[in-house]
Amino acid sequence: MSDVVIRVENLGKQYRIRHQQAERYTALRDVIAQKCAAPFRALFRRNGSPLRLDRGEVSNSHSLSTHNSQPASEDFWALKDVSFDVKRGEVVGIIGRNGAGKSTLLKILSRITEPTEGRVRIKGRVASLLEVGTGFHPELTGRENIFLNGAILGMNRAEIVRKFDEIVTFAEVERFLDTPVKRYSSGMYVRLAFAVAAHLEPEILVVDEVLAVGDSEFQRKCMGKMKDVAANSGRTVLFVSHNLAAVAQLCSQALLISSGRLITAGPSEQVIRLYLTNSKENNDPIRWNRDGSGAVRLSGIQALRCDGITATTFEMGESLTLRLDGLARDAGIQFSVAVQFTTEDGIPVVYAYNQSESFRVRVGEAFTLDVLMTGVVLMPGTYLVNVWFGNAGIEHYDYVRGCFAFDVIQSADIPVSLNISQQLGLIYCHPRVHFHDVPAGMPSR
Amino acid sequence: MATETELIIEAGRAERQYWRDLWRYRELFYFLAWRDILVRYKQTVIGIAWAVVRPFLTMVVFTFVFSKIAKLPAPSNVPYALLVFAAMLPWQFFSTALSESSNSLIGNANLISKIYFPRLIVPAGSIITSFVDFLITLVLMAVLMLWYGFVPGWQILAFPLFSILAFCTAFGAGLWLCALNVKYRDFRYIVPFIVQFGLYVSPVGFSSAIVPEKWQLLYSLNPMVGVIDGFRWSLLRGEVPLSFPSLIASLLITAALCTTGIWHFRRTEKTFADVI
Repeated sequence: MSDVVIRVENLGKQYRIRHQQAERYTALRDVIAQKCAAPFRALFRRNGSPLRLDRGEVSNSHSLSTHNSQPASEDFWALKDVSFDVKRGEVVGIIGRNGAGKSTLLKILSRITEPTEGRVRIKGRVASLLEVGTGFHPELTGRENIFLNGAILGMNRAEIVRKFDEIVTFAEVERFLDTPVKRYSSGMYVRLAFAVAAHLEPEILVVDEVLAVGDSEFQRKCMGKMKDVAANSGRTVLFVSHNLAAVAQLCSQALLISSGRLITAGPSEQVIRLYLTNSKENNDPIRWNRDGSGAVRLSGIQALRCDGITATTFEMGESLTLRLDGLARDAGIQFSVAVQFTTEDGIPVVYAYNQSESFRVRVGEAFTLDVLMTGVVLMPGTYLVNVWFGNAGIEHYDYVRGCFAFDVIQSADIPVSLNISQQLGLIYCHPRVHFHDVPAGMPSR
Repeated sequence: MATETELIIEAGRAERQYWRDLWRYRELFYFLAWRDILVRYKQTVIGIAWAVVRPFLTMVVFTFVFSKIAKLPAPSNVPYALLVFAAMLPWQFFSTALSESSNSLIGNANLISKIYFPRLIVPAGSIITSFVDFLITLVLMAVLMLWYGFVPGWQILAFPLFSILAFCTAFGAGLWLCALNVKYRDFRYIVPFIVQFGLYVSPVGFSSAIVPEKWQLLYSLNPMVGVIDGFRWSLLRGEVPLSFPSLIASLLITAALCTTGIWHFRRTEKTFADVI
């Protein structure tokens, strides 16, 4: 018990969501109008006039508002019955789809918002990093922002002074320390912001998807720093990410959250595997993890073998046709398609993009595209498919990650040993080896 | 670690650690105030001089309008400019503090939705910032007094108390407004109105003595009346009489504003991150 630093018991958070409301805040006039209308409400109730109740209200009670046939708001549990323990020094990854409740969990743990039910016990100082550069002020110089941001993240003055040089070196902004950060390039800005955060020394660190910034070299540096933090100082880290490779690398334990519920907790490889299996089985477009304007949307995906039969298992080197069903929302839209295969850890393996040709579809028209992927020999294992519809790098219409998964198995045509796997390589190349005659005088091996 | 404390997060539980947290986050409080002061006059040419120019010009105009044109009565041995400026001091402070603090939470929305800290720090910090302007204006007051060769009496000793009263009035009202502003953005429009309106209903350009006797008590329901009278009394050798009923009314109303302000703020605070 003593080394459990975070104990979460039956945690739940309820939001009340409003329908057909664009504004985020309540206007006083509506409240006054409601209050005035209240005496009449009973009279008109039979008409079912949709009087809005509790707009923008976060419900901390369990009461359900009385709804007519058309509810103006409904209660929504962003988290429900979540319980888990985290031990000291553990690095725990939290994975799940968008909207699964990961960020809500972090917000509760970092006390930004209150739970509706349940409780959390935390031992030690918590610092949360839900965003890089929170509280940076554009008018202030780099130096001033280091102090400000440090204070916001919970460092005290002496601590910041002590680490100041280290932070500056890490961020590589020595020359610009006295320039207002509004004149920084976005890369410098992010580097400085992460550098401050990385030098925090709380007992418990809560991190949300902050590695998704900066150039790849800086990302590597950040990952290294995160690993250091976890390995050397024995700090407890909670880490939310969509980057499964990062979770697999950094975390020993993982939690899988789906629709506000904790699905499983355990060693990270196991949890990641379960998450991927679930996502493989769950081919439901509603649950896809997608970005983009939605001008063209993917609505279905299948894979076909060369004989036209749908399949999810292919032999090494076998050609694969992806049949993409989609829908265009905007008139006369023109788009290209890109396909990416990744491993289960999210490592990209194959990229295919038809930049030169693009398609034009009519409004509201459903279309089907066949994308023939040939000439690649993938090593046996599971691959995930990402599909992108867009406009030659100008706009993303739809970018769906992990919308399909297929397995590659060994083929009789490729005579290699039985146990080859993705660990040896991701792409197989059948080598042609030929021996040169050994020149005279050279010792032969 | 021996100093490790156990934190319990539960619905409605936040109260317990609140005041301790407020102390723990004092550095953040300091940094936020420091930031606001630094940022306030960045990229301005005359910088902090704005804190002096604005009240000074207002004072000149008020002196001219109320003394020369309207010919309002004033104690004979106090220059009208000093009479006005002694009132400009708390009024300027109150009005900037009120507008700054009522917008403070919204202005720091990114902090509120991403970081935990006792939210009380934000409006309080913005009032501190206005207080710095107040101190600068105070220097100008001293210069004016020198200019007129006006020496304050023993009443000046009460000046810090009246400053605290002004601070509390601004704080109480600011708390109410900033918490309401998070949810009802109507207050974005109400606050400038209060500030504008308040200038006329508070005895800034004139002495509260000219308000008819029977309206005095009603008039002093405006907490700034007591504050302004107090400032005048303490700075101007007591030449402007201090009316105790109005001072007590002001004290009571300020106390009520502060306590209910804190109460309302604390009650709504936990939903700020969700609503803002």
